[in-house]
Amino acid sequence: MSVEMEEPAGAPEGGRGFVPWLKSIAVALPPYLWLVVFFLVPFLIVLRMSFSEAVIAMPPYAPTFDLSEGVSGLWARVQEFTTFNYTFLAEDSLYWRAYLSSLRIAAISTVIALLIGFPIAHAMARAPRRWRPLLLALVIMPFWTSFLIRVYAWIGILKRDGLLNGILQWTGVISEPLTIMNTDLAVFIGIVYAYLPFMILPLYASLERQDPALLEAAADLGSPPWLAFWQVTVRLSLPGIVAGCLLVFIPAVGEFVIPSLLGGSDTLMIGQTLWDEFFSNRDWPLASAVAVILVLVLVVPITLFQRAQARQAD
Amino acid sequence: MSRFTRLNGAALALGFAFLYLPIVILIVFSFNESRLVTVWGGFSTKWYVELWRNAQLIDAAKVSLMVGLTTATIATVLGTLAAVALVRTKRLPARSLFTAMTYAPLVMPEVITGLSMLLLFVAIGVDRGFWTITIAHTTFALCFVAVVVQSRLSAFDLSIEEAAQDLGAPPWKAFCLVTLPAIAPAVAAGWLLAFTLSLDDLVIASFTSGPGSTTLPMRIFSSVRLGVSPDINAVCTILIGCVAVGVMTATLVTHRRR
Repeated sequence: MSVEMEEPAGAPEGGRGFVPWLKSIAVALPPYLWLVVFFLVPFLIVLRMSFSEAVIAMPPYAPTFDLSEGVSGLWARVQEFTTFNYTFLAEDSLYWRAYLSSLRIAAISTVIALLIGFPIAHAMARAPRRWRPLLLALVIMPFWTSFLIRVYAWIGILKRDGLLNGILQWTGVISEPLTIMNTDLAVFIGIVYAYLPFMILPLYASLERQDPALLEAAADLGSPPWLAFWQVTVRLSLPGIVAGCLLVFIPAVGEFVIPSLLGGSDTLMIGQTLWDEFFSNRDWPLASAVAVILVLVLVVPITLFQRAQARQAD
Repeated sequence: MSRFTRLNGAALALGFAFLYLPIVILIVFSFNESRLVTVWGGFSTKWYVELWRNAQLIDAAKVSLMVGLTTATIATVLGTLAAVALVRTKRLPARSLFTAMTYAPLVMPEVITGLSMLLLFVAIGVDRGFWTITIAHTTFALCFVAVVVQSRLSAFDLSIEEAAQDLGAPPWKAFCLVTLPAIAPAVAAGWLLAFTLSLDDLVIASFTSGPGSTTLPMRIFSSVRLGVSPDINAVCTILIGCVAVGVMTATLVTHRRR
């Protein structure tokens, strides 16, 4: 259902006249102002900062706007804008590799999450009706548990003298401990684990709506079960697949906690690069430029997601 | 045809094992006498006892709790107002900007939100501490509240509120007495969500905190970087226990109301 409801005739808010309009604006004003001051303005500052040069000082950047100089002063500052940070980002292969590596890690994790999430969502949608609320609650429950704790839990399992290696060696499957911790594989496991509920929920929503009669019809028309599954079940759940994949992919690209706890020194992700640029190198303008490009990278998947949501709402 | 097959059962069993085993293992090993993860040294609660002597950790927990409670309360008020504005005010100036600002923080990478908040606080020259963390948390939490409340509000039949107004109730009173109780479960869920998000956040808090206002996730993160230790397992177990009790209570309360 669409959230954009038709305004019923004679609605109290936003209805007729200037005074009711003013009253309804008063409702919107506090959150509106809050978001402008604490979301829009900070982002504009980041944008502006990305065109500044770093200096060794506190705070470590120059120049900033000084409104006391008036319009002419403002213009002088604009002329001092430098694209230095962006040319630096373009020339240093470290940053390119970090962006590409983030996209790669996020994409691989998304595919794994889809392959694991689909059978679970499919089974949930087929489960007896009275089980479903419980199953749904079980999928949502980890979301309420701290993200940090869920990632931390894997360290004890994956590390060299951890539980997994302990069990595998004890059962004689392997003789030498596996190195999983501090590799890309550990990052994949972490991302899939942390974001799996985001994949399952939209998949379940679209699978649950499907009419089982469609599969029967396909069978009656001579389609083998696997073909019916592919052409009916998977095809019809495509909106759910798209939504789930984007819900995993988008946050995974900018992920910081998972690569820094589970990843190794050669795991390159842009969220971590930004963090290091900011906290270790103290190059705030460069960190800002990294942030601006990350937003640009994410604009495409985010627009895709919003379009898919809008289409589903219709 | 669409029976629940054995394959489906296996998918559910494996799936939930994957989702829950790591947490179960973490909880079990918080009661381990031994410091090693692979060695079971017998049942012990000594790590929990040790927590009480860890003043740093307790201070961090207090900061997190205060930030979480304040954030959840402010974000619930602002988020509910935002939801009302989104659903009902059609003639809002720059409406699409407002909508975009309400949804953008949901998908914005935390490192960017944190960085931009910090730059704002530095630009206006505020000392970082409790309030800067709270403001930063409120900003993204209010968007989650707005989304949760909005879905409930748009399903609410407006004519009931109009009926109250036709019977002489002023608009604000009609809203508070008729609409608010109807959307109360969503508002409560929004509060709980905002509280959990705030309690859980590491990245934004790291950017916006100052000396003396280290939150629990920041404390956990810095010791986790040094490796697994049973006392961190104990903290995590307590946090998981609190969340489990909170979510179950909330579920029971909403079920009874129906």
